[in-house]
Amino acid sequence: MQLARVIGEVVATIKDANLSGIPLLVVQPIAASGEDTGRALVALDSIGAGVGEHVFFVRGREAAFPFYPAEPPADATVIGIVDHWTVG
Amino acid sequence: MILAKVVGTVVATRKDERLVSNKLLVARPMDPRGKTDGSYLVAVDTVDAGIGETVLIVSGSSARMAAGMKDCPVDAAIVGIIDHIEVPEPAETAAAERGR
Repeated sequence: MQLARVIGEVVATIKDANLSGIPLLVVQPIAASGEDTGRALVALDSIGAGVGEHVFFVRGREAAFPFYPAEPPADATVIGIVDHWTVG
Repeated sequence: MILAKVVGTVVATRKDERLVSNKLLVARPMDPRGKTDGSYLVAVDTVDAGIGETVLIVSGSSARMAAGMKDCPVDAAIVGIIDHIEVPEPAETAAAERGR
């Protein structure tokens, strides 16, 4: 899983049928320091996150699991909203 | 998933038989503000996208979960055509957070 900041939303009318009804968020991965790291990507939202929130997301085949038994073609899904984090 | 701009098509007569009758497109990954970087990739098109359109590409083993791609040797599939992307400027986001 990776920490990220939600920076936007994506709207797509024509898409895979298994993606319908699932919000799409633009997320910017961040380092533990809070700085942006790497390129922003689009992730499915399984928990109702919004722009400006810090979240964590899962990558890969497992990104479809939160929607079980549906199987959307997902490779990144936001699965938690971060309240705060500390680095020792 | 990544955002990408479709820039071309690929024609291949000899290919894995599970790819027969699938459309292949060349796409350039881009950031949410529309800036493309140097790389290109070939993706299977499952939503009938066209050149010039901004699309959503799912990559890795998840690409096989796109419609009709079960058990196909693909690692990138176009699964959506983007209508628009809303990315507020950082200042707007900060203002929205203060407003909560």
